[in-house]
Amino acid sequence: MTTDTATMHDATDRQAPDIQVFRVYIQSPAQRVWDAITSPEFSVKYGYGGEVHVDLTPGGDYRNDTTDEMKAMGMGDIAVTGRILEVDPPHRLVQTWVAAWHGEETTLTWDLKEYDGGLTSLTLTHDCTGAQNTAKDVEGTGDAAQGGGGWPWVLASIKTLLETGKPMVGAGA
Amino acid sequence: MQDDLVFKALADPTRRLLLDALFEADGQSQSELESAVQPHGEMSRFGVAKHLKLLEEAGLVVRRKQGRVQLHYLNPVPIRLIHDRWIDKYTEHHTMALAALKRQLEES
Repeated sequence: MTTDTATMHDATDRQAPDIQVFRVYIQSPAQRVWDAITSPEFSVKYGYGGEVHVDLTPGGDYRNDTTDEMKAMGMGDIAVTGRILEVDPPHRLVQTWVAAWHGEETTLTWDLKEYDGGLTSLTLTHDCTGAQNTAKDVEGTGDAAQGGGGWPWVLASIKTLLETGKPMVGAGA
Repeated sequence: MQDDLVFKALADPTRRLLLDALFEADGQSQSELESAVQPHGEMSRFGVAKHLKLLEEAGLVVRRKQGRVQLHYLNPVPIRLIHDRWIDKYTEHHTMALAALKRQLEES
C-alpha cells in the first residue's frame, strides 16, 4: 500500500502519534456504554454511523458496515473489519481495527471504568504503529463534517447520545 | 464543571507549553516533559508535576503505563466537547444569519 495516503488530516507534514489515547466521561452506567460500542442499535446513532456487528469472543469477528452515504461515495459494504483479542464485559475490549480505505492493521483497546453515581470513563487507546495513514485519520485534526473528526468527535457523539438520548447533530446514520 | 477545569488548565502558559510538547510528540515521560519546558524558563521538577496533575484533572492529559514508566498522552476530547458546546453554536448562528440575509436579498 505504498501509494496510499491519509485522507483527512491537516496540511502540515507533522507525523500523527503511533499510540493515541482518548478519554471521555459519560454520565451513564458502564454496561450501557459497552452496549453503545458493541451493538448496531446504538452504532447507527453516533460517530460516522453504520451497523457494528461483533462476535464477543476471543478470535471473533468485528465489522462496521458502511452507511448509505458511504456507499454513495463508492466505499463498498464494509467500512471497518477486525478481530476480537480480549473481552471482559463491561470493562475491557481489545480488538484489531482495519479501515477498509487503508487496509492497515491496528489495535484498539476500550477500557471502561464506572464510578459512584453512574459516571463511566471510556478510554480508547489506538495503537497505529506502522499505520501512519490510519493514525492521521483517527486523531481528529480535520473537519468533522468532512469525515476528519476522528475519535474525539466519535467519542463526543457517544457522550451526547447516551446523556441526552438523541444523536449529536451530524452524527450517525 | 469539567469545562471550568479545562479553561483553568489552559489559562497557564507552562501548561499550554506542555500540551504543545505532547502535540509534537505524544506519549512522553515526566522527565522528557521537564526538558521540553526548561528552555522557556526555570521550572522545578515539582512545578512540572503540579502542572501535569492539573492537566490530568482537566482530562487534557491521560497517563498510561508503558513498562516501568508512566507516559503522558494528550487527550483532545475535552477540547472537542468545548468546541461542540461553544464554537459550533456561534458559527451556526453566523451561518443562519447569512442564510437569512440571502433569503431576504433574494426576496427583495
